[in-house]
Amino acid sequence: MPSKEDLYQKFVEKAELVSAKVTSIANEDDALKYVINLCDKKEACQLMISGCEADLSDKAEALCDAKQKKVIAAPGLNEDLYKKLAAQSKKAGFECISEGMRDHLAGVDIGFTYAEYGIADTGTLMLDCPSEEMRLATMVSEFHVCVLPKSKIKANTYAVEKMMLTRMKKTPDYLAFITGPSRTADIERVLALGVHGPLELHILIMED
Amino acid sequence: MQKANDLKEYREELRETLGNDFLRTTLDNFAIAYRAGRANAFKGMDVRGLIKEIADSKDEAARNADALYREFKENAEAAGIHVHFAKDGDEANRIIAKIAKDADCKKIVKSKSMTAEETLLNHDLEDAGLEVTETDLGEWIIQLRHEGPSHMVMPAIHLSRFQVGDLFTEVTGKQQDSEIEKLVKVARRELRQKYVEADMGITGANFAIAETGSIGLVTNEGNARLVSTLPRVHVALMGIDKLLPNLHDALRILKVLPRNATGQAITSYVTWITGNNECLAAEDGKKEIHYVVLDNGRSELIKDPLFSQVNRCVRCGACANVCPVYRLVGGHKMGHIYIGAIGLILTYFFHGKDKAKNLVQNCINCEACKDVCAGGIDLPRLIKEIHARIQDEDGHPLPSFLLGKVLKNRKLFHTLLRTAKWGQKPVAEKDGFIRHLPMIFSKEHGFRALPTIAETPFRDWWKEKRPRVATPKYRVALFSGCVQDFVYPEQMQAAVDVFAANDVAMEFPEEQSCCGLPVQMMGETKASRDVAVQNLRAFEPEAYDYIVTLCASCAAHLKHNYPKLVMDKPALKLRADAFAAKIIDYSSFVNDVLKVDAKDFTQTSEKATYHAPCHLCRGLDVHDAPRQLIEKSGMEYVECAEEEVCCGFGGTFSMKFPELSAELLKKKLDNVEATGADTLLTDCPGCIMQLRGGLKRRGSRVQVKHVAEVMSKNKK
Ligand code: SF4
Ligand code: SF4
Repeated sequence: MPSKEDLYQKFVEKAELVSAKVTSIANEDDALKYVINLCDKKEACQLMISGCEADLSDKAEALCDAKQKKVIAAPGLNEDLYKKLAAQSKKAGFECISEGMRDHLAGVDIGFTYAEYGIADTGTLMLDCPSEEMRLATMVSEFHVCVLPKSKIKANTYAVEKMMLTRMKKTPDYLAFITGPSRTADIERVLALGVHGPLELHILIMED
Repeated sequence: MQKANDLKEYREELRETLGNDFLRTTLDNFAIAYRAGRANAFKGMDVRGLIKEIADSKDEAARNADALYREFKENAEAAGIHVHFAKDGDEANRIIAKIAKDADCKKIVKSKSMTAEETLLNHDLEDAGLEVTETDLGEWIIQLRHEGPSHMVMPAIHLSRFQVGDLFTEVTGKQQDSEIEKLVKVARRELRQKYVEADMGITGANFAIAETGSIGLVTNEGNARLVSTLPRVHVALMGIDKLLPNLHDALRILKVLPRNATGQAITSYVTWITGNNECLAAEDGKKEIHYVVLDNGRSELIKDPLFSQVNRCVRCGACANVCPVYRLVGGHKMGHIYIGAIGLILTYFFHGKDKAKNLVQNCINCEACKDVCAGGIDLPRLIKEIHARIQDEDGHPLPSFLLGKVLKNRKLFHTLLRTAKWGQKPVAEKDGFIRHLPMIFSKEHGFRALPTIAETPFRDWWKEKRPRVATPKYRVALFSGCVQDFVYPEQMQAAVDVFAANDVAMEFPEEQSCCGLPVQMMGETKASRDVAVQNLRAFEPEAYDYIVTLCASCAAHLKHNYPKLVMDKPALKLRADAFAAKIIDYSSFVNDVLKVDAKDFTQTSEKATYHAPCHLCRGLDVHDAPRQLIEKSGMEYVECAEEEVCCGFGGTFSMKFPELSAELLKKKLDNVEATGADTLLTDCPGCIMQLRGGLKRRGSRVQVKHVAEVMSKNKK
């Protein structure tokens, strides 16, 4: 049996291999600090690289214009934590939401979530997202920040199989393995991140 | 998509593709990077064991397909999903169009699905007045260009960034440059609004899990998550081959699928959907989900004793990634909709004989695909079988028919070879090559020189010069194969010399003939069976410790195919099994059985490089023995790039597709010359013929020899 520390090491190694940014944190307050900081430092619109000004079709551009303020989406947090995050966001001048993701399809700056499990073998996060808001927060955000309690790191997918089955039998359900940011190699096999989903994946591994 | 009507038109198409430098470079770079990436991704894992488990579980699923479908449907319906069965592509498309109409959908976003390609779903939906947008970047690009995918996993691999840049300029109405990073972001934003507007999402499914009624989707871009989340209706179209009894089977395939597809340990996203989950765009807050399960000939296929293994395919595309022919011509020419090795097979079953008849001839039988297949499918064998079936239906082309006839009659065949020796006299040069190509060859064959028939065939030499071994350690029978018997007898003689020096008593059963592989390759199954029976009768397996052959192709064919060829005749099958068990290739025999020692050879330290014959390295899984022998026999072995890639001979393949054969040979020889070695060693006379002929035409100083020849020469 690999120890908790071995699994952690392995997880970090594998996650970093697929361009996830992994940070160790002590507690939830650290997580909030991280999110606010990241949002602050982040360009207002990561899509700038394609040049907002001139080169999109009119329709796509209109959608972009719908976004005015930096947005943090954090559905699925417990109430206390969400309140804290909302307060800090407000102070920093960001919009913080826990629902209504469909009104923010032009892009959310940061999606903030909790993972159920980590899979060391491949550096994968397992997130159960029966709620649509959760799914969208992890997909339409430009950066996805996900907290993973250290004790929840398992060796491989077989080790989470039972847990998955329990959920799948308690239908309906929508489970995701997330490993690194959204990627494509469809043009000339050159790796490019963030084609549909997040451009960056930040994993905060929390002592527990 | 392949359109040629006959082989001539097909070759014309191939020639055009060969002229596409961009495609060639991309595929080359990919092939090399893929091999390293895959090896790295599987490091430390028992790949063979895993593939075997997948093969077994998929075979089991095929046997229970009906019950699995019932269980899947029951569980999915209990979870609020509508399940439909479609017997063919048209029916599947009709069902989906009706779902769209009933739910009042106008715009559809799709996430990549090969099954939807198979049914030509987009056409039918567009005819029904629906707007369909592919969201997978590669698929979107080729949709905008109105073409088919050129690879299963990377559908737009044939296009350059400049072509994509021009395309996006057209689509957005704004000038785009060709930086990939930017193009990807343009696609992100253009496609985002398509998701917003769509009322229906269509996906495929990589797994359909009976025990829970769930589906699993494997993607890197994450588009399947958006397609299955944003629109209020979700349709998943899947073949019955995706049915698995339980989650564990799916997780096992997931271990291999991305590693085999792209060398990734896992894709960025794997999505497991069970039941009609939440959808805030729907009136009742629940998504309307439909599974359309497609048969389209699959249930017939899985009843076929030979072809049922096709059900094991998990659509990883690895068979195309390693195929040397695909690497030259790309997917538009190597498959109709499904591409690569599996494409040749599926084209026949899903799209018919006419689409498949030219394609199936394109396989060189190098077995690279079989070696990496995630389901352990014997792809080259199935391709040959389809070739044979098509010929049985359509009639046999004259050359293949004639060769079949001739080979069946050993005496006639041997007489013809002996006569050819006289016929070639006027054009034969002293160096063992024919000066001009004989009339039957077209000028496209000019890339290599052909050897002359030997003055004295091995069988005649043997009668007079066979060595007597007084105190034998082993008794073996020699199988020469036609090339070494009549063209390169010196290779056999060299082996006999080494064997005798190591106390091996030898027999050369005179009734032996060609191994029959050439006719099998041409789709002449009956002739190949007749030749096999002849050879089985010629050898008395019990009388020898081993049956040794210096030809890797003969060895692999004798060992693996003979028992299959006579499967339906129990007495012969027993004999073939005993015969096959005794077959061994030269290098394994000398290195592993005789265990020759370096001290028995003069150490010259001359540099030699090696070409691994397909039928030795993959066919027989022999890798170390020949390389060790090169060093033992006193040469310095220098590794050559892509040593285990086909030289382009492939027997009759090089006759039918000289342009492709020439290209494969060119790559091989470039790699050989880059090593700086003066000697190229290998252990298959067919490869020697190809390599020597090619080097001669280039005017190269590199000498090609069978490993046996150096061993005999350097023997103390
Ligand atoms: S055997 Fe070789 S040539 Fe034939 S399909 Fe497989 S990889 Fe391609
Ligand atoms: S035939 Fe084998 S290698 Fe080819 S796509 Fe299917 S599983 Fe992959």
